[in-house]
Amino acid sequence: MPVCVFPAESGAALADELLYLGLNDLHVALGGKMVPFAGYSMPVQYPMGVMKEHLHTRVAAGLFDVSHMGQVILRPKGSYEETALAFEALMPVDVLGVKPGRQRYGLFTNDAGGILDDLMFANRGDHIFVVVNAACKHADIAHMTAHLSGVCEVIPVTDRALLALQGPQAETALARLVPEVAAMKFMDVGVFGDIWVSRSGYTGEDGFEISIPQAQAEAFATKLLDMPEVLPIGLGARDSLRLEAGLCLYGHDIDTTTSPVEAGLNWAIQKARRSGGAREGGFAGAARILRELAEGPARLRVGLRPEGRAPMREHTALFAGDAALGEITSGGFGPSVEAPIAMGYVPAKYSEIGTKLDGEVRGKRMAVTVAPMPFQPTTYKR
Amino acid sequence: MKYTKEHEWLRVEGDLVVVGITEHAATALGDVVFVELPEVETQVAEGDEVSVIESVKAASDILAPVDGEIVLVNDKLTDSPSLVNEDPLGAGWFFKMKLDDLSVLDQFMDEDEYNDLIA
Repeated sequence: MPVCVFPAESGAALADELLYLGLNDLHVALGGKMVPFAGYSMPVQYPMGVMKEHLHTRVAAGLFDVSHMGQVILRPKGSYEETALAFEALMPVDVLGVKPGRQRYGLFTNDAGGILDDLMFANRGDHIFVVVNAACKHADIAHMTAHLSGVCEVIPVTDRALLALQGPQAETALARLVPEVAAMKFMDVGVFGDIWVSRSGYTGEDGFEISIPQAQAEAFATKLLDMPEVLPIGLGARDSLRLEAGLCLYGHDIDTTTSPVEAGLNWAIQKARRSGGAREGGFAGAARILRELAEGPARLRVGLRPEGRAPMREHTALFAGDAALGEITSGGFGPSVEAPIAMGYVPAKYSEIGTKLDGEVRGKRMAVTVAPMPFQPTTYKR
Repeated sequence: MKYTKEHEWLRVEGDLVVVGITEHAATALGDVVFVELPEVETQVAEGDEVSVIESVKAASDILAPVDGEIVLVNDKLTDSPSLVNEDPLGAGWFFKMKLDDLSVLDQFMDEDEYNDLIA
């Protein structure tokens, strides 16, 4: 039996070029199984295993080290508004409307209306704080520098760890160290001394992302891990948690070939940027994105529920009869929904909930049904 | 008990050979969520992909260790694939084969040799 355990392990030959997280020693001490991911040696799981880590996060609190992600400050040279408006040229998103102390989901688009990356950005009063995906961070920083340097400094933050504490007991745990977080609502951000907190995450659970100076990160993580609610969680469970929450993974479910409308991310495109809005268009790819908003896209990202227990994984081909429709972009077993789940792209006319399709698994056509997302109800603290 | 380099174990039971995966393999695969078992009463050749095991991480093939006939499969794995993790050497067995000649098993590793392999 070829024991191919995690696709990322195929990159093991590059080990000498790998970057190590500031908390690498802690992950190793905790028994983390380290694999290459986005250029970093990352814990894919701890001894408890993906399934139990996933379920623990849904009932208690899981601590994730996401320090590989890019943290960037946009510090205006002139007014905040000028920087916010310049940032709007890169995204179909209302940046100006984000109030101080609030965070929003964003997408860098290209001229063809594809997605360069997805990200979070926050209005921190006199500047914008941005968190981008690890694999895209160098390109994103170059992109922002090229387009925004006239109005703001683009400052990569490289001396901070980024931790995510996720799950229904995340507030109880984090409030022991930072009491102010208990008053935060979903997508609020706060600065508490050296610690920058947002009430957000990528698991579908209530929770927080915590940016902390590297020098303090290990002691802080250890304090959290000493609490009865908190266990360390690896990339494997991070992936199954976000899949159950119906959230896109950049490079898989969205990329430069998918538009935000095809990806079903219309909720991320606020009225102000749509046709008839106060600042209509004016972002990269606007022609395609506004047309797809008006007319509907040719294809759509949908949730999929395979029949039976066999998972349908990424690149599984989808069919309606003999017609090839597209493929699955993320798929696996959902530990909380206790069934295989997936998402993928199909032509719009096959995107109705309940549509019966086939997925080809190991040469055999297996039934799969278009299903609503999220697969697992989200529990954000609104 | 004999072991293959593909991390399967083979146990003689009367005139049949029971096949499963080792604890080392089950641990490396992680939580098993689906097992596709072979059809019974089929002739298989050594190296045939007769079964598929899906964990939370990836799919892996189970190969027929030798030529023979699949005579029984462990139907319990269909509803309880986690048996592979919980009891890989016992309740987590996959299938039973009938061989023409049990002496073909002599080519495989014994426990000490297998432990050296995974050490």
